[in-house]
Amino acid sequence: MVNLEKMRVPIEEVEHIARLAKLQLTEQEKERYSVQLGQILEYMEQLSKLNLKDVPPTSHILPLKNVFREDVVKESLPQEEALRNAPQKEGGYFKVPKALG
Amino acid sequence: MKLHLLPAHSLLALLGRGEVSAEEVVSSFLHRVEEVEGDLNAFITLFSQDSLTQAREVDKLRAKGERVGRLAGVPIAIKDNICVQGKRMTCGSRMLSNFVPPYDATVVRRLKEEGAIIIGKTNMDEFAMGSSNENSFFGPVKNPFDSQRVSGGSSGGSAAAVSAGEAPMALGSDTGGSVRLPASFCGVVGLKPTYGLVSRFGLVAFASSLDQIGVLTRDVEDCALLLEVIAGYDPQDSTSIDQHLPDLVLEMKKGIKGLRVGLPEEYFSPEVDPQVKEAVLRAVNQLTLEGVEVERVNLPHTTSAIATYYIIADAEASSNLARYDGARYGYRAQGTRVLLDMYSRTRNEGFGDEVKRRIMLGTYVLSSGYYDAYYLQAQKARTLIRKDFEEAFCRCDLLVTPTSPTPAFKLGEKMDDPLLMYLSDSFTVPANLAGLPSLSIPCGMTREGLPIGMQIIGPPLGESQILGLASIYEQVASKGRDGL
Amino acid sequence: MDYEPVIGLEVHIQLLTSSKLFCGCSTQFGAPPNSQTCAICLGLPGVLPVVNRRAVEYGMRLALATGCRILPECSFSRKNYFYPDLPKGYQITQYEKPLAKDGGLEICLDGGRKKRVRIERIQLEEDAGKSLHLEEGPTGGETFIDLNRCGIPLLEVVSYPDMRSPEEARIYLETLRQLVQWLEISDGDLEKGSFRCDVNVSLRPRGATKLGTRTEAKNLNSFKGVERTLRFEISRQHALLRSGKGVRQETLQWDARAQAALPARKKEEAYDYRYFPEPDLVHLQIGKKWIEQIRESLPELPSQRRERFMNQYGLRADDVRILVSTRQLADYYEGCLRLYNRPKIVANWIIRELLRELNQRRWGPEEFKVRPSDLVGLFRLIDQGVISERIAKEVFAQMVETGEKPKRIVEERGMVQVQDEREISSAIGEVLREEKENLAKYRAGKIGLFHYFVGQVMKKTRGKANPQLVNRVLKEKLGD
Repeated sequence: MVNLEKMRVPIEEVEHIARLAKLQLTEQEKERYSVQLGQILEYMEQLSKLNLKDVPPTSHILPLKNVFREDVVKESLPQEEALRNAPQKEGGYFKVPKALG
Repeated sequence: MKLHLLPAHSLLALLGRGEVSAEEVVSSFLHRVEEVEGDLNAFITLFSQDSLTQAREVDKLRAKGERVGRLAGVPIAIKDNICVQGKRMTCGSRMLSNFVPPYDATVVRRLKEEGAIIIGKTNMDEFAMGSSNENSFFGPVKNPFDSQRVSGGSSGGSAAAVSAGEAPMALGSDTGGSVRLPASFCGVVGLKPTYGLVSRFGLVAFASSLDQIGVLTRDVEDCALLLEVIAGYDPQDSTSIDQHLPDLVLEMKKGIKGLRVGLPEEYFSPEVDPQVKEAVLRAVNQLTLEGVEVERVNLPHTTSAIATYYIIADAEASSNLARYDGARYGYRAQGTRVLLDMYSRTRNEGFGDEVKRRIMLGTYVLSSGYYDAYYLQAQKARTLIRKDFEEAFCRCDLLVTPTSPTPAFKLGEKMDDPLLMYLSDSFTVPANLAGLPSLSIPCGMTREGLPIGMQIIGPPLGESQILGLASIYEQVASKGRDGL
Repeated sequence: MDYEPVIGLEVHIQLLTSSKLFCGCSTQFGAPPNSQTCAICLGLPGVLPVVNRRAVEYGMRLALATGCRILPECSFSRKNYFYPDLPKGYQITQYEKPLAKDGGLEICLDGGRKKRVRIERIQLEEDAGKSLHLEEGPTGGETFIDLNRCGIPLLEVVSYPDMRSPEEARIYLETLRQLVQWLEISDGDLEKGSFRCDVNVSLRPRGATKLGTRTEAKNLNSFKGVERTLRFEISRQHALLRSGKGVRQETLQWDARAQAALPARKKEEAYDYRYFPEPDLVHLQIGKKWIEQIRESLPELPSQRRERFMNQYGLRADDVRILVSTRQLADYYEGCLRLYNRPKIVANWIIRELLRELNQRRWGPEEFKVRPSDLVGLFRLIDQGVISERIAKEVFAQMVETGEKPKRIVEERGMVQVQDEREISSAIGEVLREEKENLAKYRAGKIGLFHYFVGQVMKKTRGKANPQLVNRVLKEKLGD
C-alpha cells in the first residue's frame, strides 16, 4: 500500500501555488491537486537519484546564437484590430476591473 | 473513385492531369466529413464554404494554364492551436472559444502560398496537454477504428481526420509525442521534425523548448511533401534553423542498403504490450531482408525521460499560459469587481482540469525553494538524455522503437490517474527532449483490430534518412499485404 | 547612535531605437492608445520575440562608457507576474547572464569632490504598458490599459549601495542621465518616463560594514521625488531604529496626499517571480570584434571632455561643467573655437549670453538656430569696432529670435557704431552744456563724475558711440 498522506502536497502550499498561478480553486480541486501533485512530485523525485553534479543544464537544445532583427519599424495593427478580441474596451483602451484595492 | 481515400500526391496527379477538379476533391472530403464527423468529433471548426470557394479559384487558375502551387487544390486540416488569420482558434479550450487571430502562422502562410485549401481546424487536448484527446472543451475525439477508444493526443483530431478520410493531410503539434502517439493509435504516418526545422511562429506555445509543428498523412511520400512545404528558416522564430533542406521526396528514394538501425533495449521492456513488441520486431525483420543492419543499443536515461519532460514542459507551460487572464482577449469571468478576482476566476473557469494541474505543477517546480530541486535537475537530466542519443548515433544511423507501449486504450481508462496517462508518452518524449526528428508509421494491427505504430528516430536534421527507411518499410509492408 | 544611510539605485532607461525590443512596432511617444501594437507586443497566442540588434548595441555603448565588462555570453529570462500592463504574464529580462557587469560612474559632488559609484550590472529588458486607474465608475473603479509602451527596450542599470545621502543619489542620477543623452541612446526625458528610478535604502551605525534591512521605492520619475522619498525614508528608519523597533523589508510608494512613503503592496499578494531561461530567445555571444566596433563609435565622454577643456583651453572647472553639460553645447563651443580661437571669450559669451537667452525663452537646443559661424561673425564685428559689446548683446538677442546674420541685423537697424569724431565731439559738447553743475563739481575735484559723463554721451547716441573714442575726446575736452 502506498501512503497517500505522505505524498500529499499540504493544502496551504496548494493555496500558495494557486495564488501565484492566479487560479481560484474550489475546495474539491485543492483536495484533488494536493493528492495528485504529491504523487507526481514523488515520481519526479527519481531525478534526485541521478548523478547530476557536474552535468551542465540544457535550456536550449540548439546551438544557435545571436539571432537578431534590424531596428526597422513595421506597420502596427490598427487600434480597432488590436482591440478586436477584447472582452471590454473603451476609448481605445482595454478595460479591466480596478487593479488596486 | 473514392477521392477521400487517396493520398495527396495521388490527388495532385489527378488534378494535374485535369481528371478531377479541386472543387470535386474538396466536396468529396467535405462529404466524408458529414458522414463520419458525428462519430469522430475530429473538427472544432469547419470552413466548408470558404474551402469550396478557394477550390474554384484554384480550378480557374489551372484552366487558364497559370502556375499553381505545389499543393494546389489539396485539402488540409489544421490543428486548432495554429493561427489562421481571421478564423476562430480555440486551442480546445473554453478560454479561447471566441478568439480570432489577426495573423497567419508561418506554416499557414506557406501552405496558402502553395495553394493548399484549409478545410477546418481540428480538435485537440486543451492547449495540447494530453495523450488521449479527452481533455478538449469540445469533447473527446474518438478512434476511427473503435469508437470506444481514444484517438490519442494531443493532435487527436488531425490523426483521426486523416485516418478516416476527412482530409488527406493535416498539421499537428508535438511537444512530447502529440503527433506520433495519435498517428500510431489511428494508423497514419506522423512526423515530428527536428526542433527548429519548422517555424513555431503562430503555433500557440505549450512548452517552447519542446514544441514542434508536425505533419500527419496517409503515406510517407505525403509526409515528405508536406514537410518540404512547411519547413525552412523563418526570421520571426529565433529558434529557427537557417539551413537548406535537401529535396526530401528525391532523397528518400535513395535506398537504404547498409543503413545501421539501432534497437534501444529500454524501449522493448517487459511493460510493452507483447503484440506491439512483436509487430515492431517483425517490421525490423522485414527491413533486414532489405539490407538494413540491426544492432542493439542502450539509452540508459530513458527511464528519467517522463519525469524530466513533465517538469520542463509544465514549467514552461505555466509561464506560456499566464497570458490567458481575461484582460485583452478570450474568456472573462462575469461579475468580478476587482482585478485579482477577475484573473483567478477567469483562469479557473476558462481552463480545464488537466491544464490547471499542469499550471500548478509548473508553477510549483519554478517557485522559490524548488527551482534547483526540480527544474534545474530536469535541465541537467535533459543533457544526459541528449547525450544518450548522441552516443547511440555514433553507432547507428537511426533508432527504431514502438511509438507507444500500448495500442489505443479505452475512453476514460486513464482519466483518473494523471501519472498513468503521462506514462503513455514514455517512448515519444525523449525525442522532444533531445530535439530530434521522429516519425511514427503503422506497422500492423493487434488482434482486436487496432493499429500499431513503429517509431523511427533520427539524428538532428536526419529527416530524409527517416523518410527513406519509412518509405522502404511502407513498400515492403504493402507487398506483404498484397501477397496474403 | 549615529546612523549612516546606504543607498542603491536601479534605473530604467528607455532606449531611442525606432522599433520595439522584440517586434517592429514604433516607439514614438504620444500616439493614440493601443495604436502602436501588434500580435507580438499584445502577447497574442502563438507569437515569438526576436531581439532588436540596435538595442543590444545601445546597451553595449553604455556598458563601455561606464567601464563595465560585457559578458562574452548573455541570455534572457522570464520574470513571471500578473499585471494588466504586462500582456504575456511575464517580462522578458536578463537575470542569470546580463549584458554587462562591474563598472562605475564618477560623480562630482558639490564642492568639487569626486566619488565613484560602482555599477553592478546592466541588463536589457522590455518595458510594460501603461495602466490608468479610475477610482469611480458604475462598477466601483476600472483600469484602462494602453500597450503602446509595452515592449520598448529598457536598460536597467543597477548600482552598488555606494551612495550615502539623498544628494549623492540625485547627482548620480543626473550624471547617468547626462551620459545616456550624451551617448544618444536615450532622450532621458523624465516627464515622458524615459528615465525612471527605483531606490533602496537602509541605515547602519556609522563605521559598521554590515548592511541594515532595506526598503524599496519603485518607479520614481523625478530627481526631486527621489530626494524627497529618500529623506522621508531615512528619517522614518531613523526613528524606528532609535525607538528600538526594527525596519521591515518592504516596498514603499510615495503618497502625495499623505506626503509620505507608504507600503505599496498588500500582504495577500504573493509574489515570487519564478525566473527561468527564456526558451524563445537564443543566447547572445558578443565577441571582441563587435565590442571594438562599438568602442570606436563612442564619442569622447563627458569626463574626458571636461578634463581636456580644462587642460587645453585653460578654463575654470565651474565653466567647464556648464559647457560640458550637454554634448550639443560642448560641440557648439568647439565649433566656434575652430573659427575663432579665443577659448575664454567664447566660453564667457556662451555661458553668460547664449544660455541666458535660451533659459529666458525656455528653449531647448533644437530651437536654437544661431550657427557657430554667425556667433563668430558677431565677435568679429566687435573686434572690428563696428559695434560695441553692449550693442552686440542686443544684436545677439535678435539673432536668437530671428536666426538672421549679425551683419544684416546691424545694418538694417542702424546699429553701426558711431566712429565719427566730430559727431561724438558735438554730443559731448551738448552733454557738458546740459550738465553745468556736475561739470563744476568735476572741476572741483570730484573726478568720479567722468564715467557719468561717458554714460550720458552713450545715452545721447543711443549706445552707438564707440566707447574708446568717447573716452579720448571727453578727456581732451575736459583738458586732462
